[in-house]
Amino acid sequence: MQFPGAKRWLLVGIALAILVSYFTPHFNRYYLGVVIDVGIAIILATSLNLINGHTGQFSLGHAGFMAVGGYFAAWISITAGAFASAVWFFPLALIAGGLLAAFVGLLVGVPSLRLRGDYLAIVTLGFGEIIRVVAQNTEAVGAASGMKGIPKLTTLGWTFGCAAITIYAITALVNSTYGRGFIAVHDDEIAAESNGVDTTRTKVTAFVTGAFFAGIAGGLYAHHKQFLSPTGFDWLKSIDIVVMVILGGMGRTVGVIAAAILLTLMPEFLRDFSDYRMILYALLIILLMLLRPAGLFAFNFKRRKKA
Amino acid sequence: MDWFLQQTINGLGLGAIYALIALGYTMVYGVLRFINFAHSDVLMLGAFTGFYIAPRIEKIFGHQSVLGMIMVFILAAVVCACLGMLIERLAYRPLRNRPKLTVLITAIGVSLLIEFTAQHEKVFGAAPQPFPSLLKEHAIRFGNIVISSNDVVMVGITVVLLAGMWWIVQRTRIGTAMRAVSHNQQAALLMGVPVNLIISFTFGLGSALAAIAGLLYAIKAPGIEPLMGVQPGLRAFIAAVLGGIGNLPGAVLGGVLLGLLETFAGGIPGLSNYRDAIAFGILILILLVKPAGLLGRATIEKV
Repeated sequence: MQFPGAKRWLLVGIALAILVSYFTPHFNRYYLGVVIDVGIAIILATSLNLINGHTGQFSLGHAGFMAVGGYFAAWISITAGAFASAVWFFPLALIAGGLLAAFVGLLVGVPSLRLRGDYLAIVTLGFGEIIRVVAQNTEAVGAASGMKGIPKLTTLGWTFGCAAITIYAITALVNSTYGRGFIAVHDDEIAAESNGVDTTRTKVTAFVTGAFFAGIAGGLYAHHKQFLSPTGFDWLKSIDIVVMVILGGMGRTVGVIAAAILLTLMPEFLRDFSDYRMILYALLIILLMLLRPAGLFAFNFKRRKKA
Repeated sequence: MDWFLQQTINGLGLGAIYALIALGYTMVYGVLRFINFAHSDVLMLGAFTGFYIAPRIEKIFGHQSVLGMIMVFILAAVVCACLGMLIERLAYRPLRNRPKLTVLITAIGVSLLIEFTAQHEKVFGAAPQPFPSLLKEHAIRFGNIVISSNDVVMVGITVVLLAGMWWIVQRTRIGTAMRAVSHNQQAALLMGVPVNLIISFTFGLGSALAAIAGLLYAIKAPGIEPLMGVQPGLRAFIAAVLGGIGNLPGAVLGGVLLGLLETFAGGIPGLSNYRDAIAFGILILILLVKPAGLLGRATIEKV
């Protein structure tokens, strides 16, 4: 699925994000906040889509990587804020958060990606919990009461600029020659292995790349909410992201982005039914799996049959 | 030394509960090869069934009577067995031939549905409620060691149930069928084993065990609430994987190990906050060394 002029679209996306960002002071703060939430959700969902969708692994620990990136970026901003204006450190903090998340992803991925299916789900779930417990007990990041006083640096431009880069990078990676390996692992691991694809290495690459972007999303999230609480990164958050990927259809970038937008906006629309919101959400997951397992936006019947 | 013995006894009590829950996970995995995330919520529903029927049973059999307690346990087990079979029928059976991940996600959905429905104020409400004491608690002393009679009852019930389970699986016709389905579903079907019935039965049995574990857990816990199943469920699940998922003695071994580990880690100051992290850390380590779990047998994937 080559996408013509992808690089141009990337530049257009970033330029548009920065341009719109200049007008944000005129926007309603609430709507602006929601739109930034959407952008962060897009990054998270696209990056998880690389692991769960394109590569066909099942990670339940994406919120863990987000937490690593978020805490580290916030820590850098707060520490650096004492010396210079934290604005200049923001991109650095984001990238550092992403890199640490990627490193943690490597630590987790190398041993656990030898496991398959359910076992991988358990290990990633467990790992996400470990990160949460560690954050809950580390005084340097505020322990259980959370991390406060993070400067508000996330703007519309940063968020959607990062989202555009994420989408571009992951699409380009999957469409590259190397990226065929992800799809091969997804379709049939044994066949891929016997055709010379280093499956473990491919899976680790997907995992580390996904973790990097999740870390960036975490950094944006930290500087958007200005407050990080360990309970915000529990496994429900991971499931939220997984549901976005499933709803959009595993491995369908456009669908996943649409689902990320939809699922972030849905709670805002359902505010009046907040009592029933989560019940509806759970029902949605079940019905979706029963009726449209290939995602809400799957119209390619040939592929659906195979799945 | 006294401290050590005391913690061992407490750990065994806790481990017994984990073992019961882990058995449910492992049995369902055995026949369907997927993790039933809703299992921990069946446990919660078992505790709430007990909570609602215990006052009524008390009126018939008298306050804190042994017979009354047994009735509560049996009723809760029956209710949850029916619920478990219902969940399987409605949510999992239509997905029988779909990819495993689809079923796994559905199971997560079912779990969330039960949790959030139960948390709604018109159902159980999110606030913890005190669980009625079903049996008078005595403290039994051996020198410096204090054993609660509840712990003894708990371990006793678990041992009886485990023996019963072993008997069902190894010595009865339906148990043979369960093992056949778990070994090779297609071949079992060809040999005339009613696979759907057996899977229903497995779910019922696992859910009944979860209900009893829920009651035992509720007796020990300060109160019951809709999310009470999550923590023990998660640990029992670790226990099941630790022992080798799909393997019944493995589940018991894993449960007891985890119960002991948790009480010992909880007794050491500074470590208690990291209990969950330690449990998961050990799980990850064991999966790396023995991916099939302690007692599990590695399977070779054939093309």
